[in-house]
Amino acid sequence: MDLYEYQGRDLFERHGLPVLAGGVATTPEEARAIAERLGGRVVVKAQVKVGGRGKAGGVKLAEGAEETVARATDILGMDIKGHTVHKVMITVTADVAEEYYFSYLLDRANRTFLCIASVAGGMDIEQVAVETPDKVVKAPIDAVEGVDEAKAREIVEAAGFPAEVADQVVEVAVGLWKAFVAEDATLVEVNPLAKTGEGKLLLLDAKITLDENAGFRHPDHEALVDQATVDPLEQAAKEKDLNYVKLDGEVGIIGNGAGLVMSTLDVVAYAGERHGGVKPANFLDIGGGASAEVMANGLEIVLSDPSVKSVFVNVFGGITACDAVANGIVQALALLEQRGEKATKPLVVRLDGNNAEAGRAILDGANNPLIQRVDTMDGAAEKAAELAAAGV
Amino acid sequence: MAIWLTKESKVIVQGMTGSEGSKHTRRMLAAGTNVVGGVNPRKAGTTVDFDGAELPVFASVADAMKETGADVTVIFVPPQFTRGAVVEAIDAEIPLAVVITEGVPVHDTAAFWAYNVSKGSKTRIIGPNCPGIASPGASNAGIIPADITGTGRIGLVSKSGTLTYQMMYELRDIGFSTCVGIGGDPIIGTTHIDALAAFEADPETDAIVMIGEIGGDAEERAAEFIKANVTKPVVGYIAGFTAPPGKTMGHAGAIISGSAGTAEAKKEALEAVGVKVGKTPTETAKLMRELMSGR
Repeated sequence: MDLYEYQGRDLFERHGLPVLAGGVATTPEEARAIAERLGGRVVVKAQVKVGGRGKAGGVKLAEGAEETVARATDILGMDIKGHTVHKVMITVTADVAEEYYFSYLLDRANRTFLCIASVAGGMDIEQVAVETPDKVVKAPIDAVEGVDEAKAREIVEAAGFPAEVADQVVEVAVGLWKAFVAEDATLVEVNPLAKTGEGKLLLLDAKITLDENAGFRHPDHEALVDQATVDPLEQAAKEKDLNYVKLDGEVGIIGNGAGLVMSTLDVVAYAGERHGGVKPANFLDIGGGASAEVMANGLEIVLSDPSVKSVFVNVFGGITACDAVANGIVQALALLEQRGEKATKPLVVRLDGNNAEAGRAILDGANNPLIQRVDTMDGAAEKAAELAAAGV
Repeated sequence: MAIWLTKESKVIVQGMTGSEGSKHTRRMLAAGTNVVGGVNPRKAGTTVDFDGAELPVFASVADAMKETGADVTVIFVPPQFTRGAVVEAIDAEIPLAVVITEGVPVHDTAAFWAYNVSKGSKTRIIGPNCPGIASPGASNAGIIPADITGTGRIGLVSKSGTLTYQMMYELRDIGFSTCVGIGGDPIIGTTHIDALAAFEADPETDAIVMIGEIGGDAEERAAEFIKANVTKPVVGYIAGFTAPPGKTMGHAGAIISGSAGTAEAKKEALEAVGVKVGKTPTETAKLMRELMSGR
């Protein structure tokens, strides 16, 4: 889960890291209250999870409450690269003398964490790394030993931070690592890490990603999810414990196992190239079990997507037997009818693996005109694409 | 002979008394795996009956190894206890730990991996979030269905469970030496490269199927490794060409970050070193079939 800047600022503040005083507003009136509390000059920043908001006019200075209200009114509701601005963060301003860069992140390739630090901050670090690689330090962090003062000092020296801020950077590096671990983050990026005119260090921006697998340790992280931007179908699927991602095509996809479902999306997209350019409408992994109820819940979500014109159920019976899956599909259709949501869109079903013959016989025996059985994955994808193209 | 798991392997199960653990212990036994016991400190000294096979429960991995000579552990404990279970296996220096559990926080995986390295890497870790390892006809450690395919001379390494099963099924008439599901998490113990190296060295493996998916650069690094070190033919498949950037596709590790981790980049890297990459699982199986029929 990626956090908004204001959530990152709050998180840093909670962990005792130096940030600017501020608050978040969803209305101009809330912005006024924050401006009055802070007093003087403030900066109003659009909260969107996309870069380039400054250039898009999403960051403005304001003097006093009235001007803050005016700027917040301008920015709220603005569209920045397809993201609507629902919130603005308001902070006091800082007198920035120098800008540095500091981050911790997951290093998948080396199965550990990495610290990236640079005295050339305030711009895109990947660009800095290409143009002036000697200004970027990448230090692997041992996941057990972590970052203590000695390790932090090593990084600070390697990155060449000026002597007058070295002690402060060491302190930030240790504190930031503590926050990174305590919150189960996979990324904390501070850009810029700023030095003010008085020589004080401040974390001026926050890009944070949290590990959703660690949710059981962090009941508070659930509240960080921005409901306004969650897709309603994804939300409904989540409530039913289904692994669903909304996409923008016409062929609804249900399968078992993340890899097989990803593969199904690809195979459908290839088939769609021959059938009017139809594409997969979603990713939905019903997992190993695939009981009638799980299948019904899955079908309900997929069929409730108005852009879906056909559905492809692609199951390889590994641990699950295909006869159980077939029963699940037949019962799911009956269950939907009972719930008053009778399916009307064609279902192409491919069953293979454990007890496939018995499963196919059950589908045939159900005699449901909506169900079409195709026994190969590529053939079934072709059929589903063809039906979707016909239904568009 | 196969890789890492053979007829001689003695397997214990951490979490054997739990519902998933007991279900799959029964399946592993039915597949002919030499399961010699389980670990649960609260039930140490008792036994569990699996259709007539009485399996002892030990207080720790170390105890189980001492009493049974076990050299493989399969871990089914819930995510919040996985780190502790793996650390216990590492402390006991068991040669192979297969971590099935899905949903392990990545900080925990990074921590037990670093711990294993600090202890001299005496334990090979497969997973987490993986289906395990199966050497058809010999032994099965994990949840891979045992009856899909018989023994043969293809080696298979994959990030995905069901795609592994699909590929085993497509090529069941040829058969497999060993199938390894390495898991779909951002940090995993055993990588494509480890499996490629082991298959290259295995006299009973003639060719290798490698299945990857979006996220990270493991496939790109595997391509470099193949170029320098693998003489046996490799056929590849990558899932996730149509996955949008920034969305996690089921597996915690299956996410395109910015422009990194795309299926296209992985396919190109593999093809650049002479690996034939199938467009669909079926086409990939066909490529392997053509290759094996020429032998």
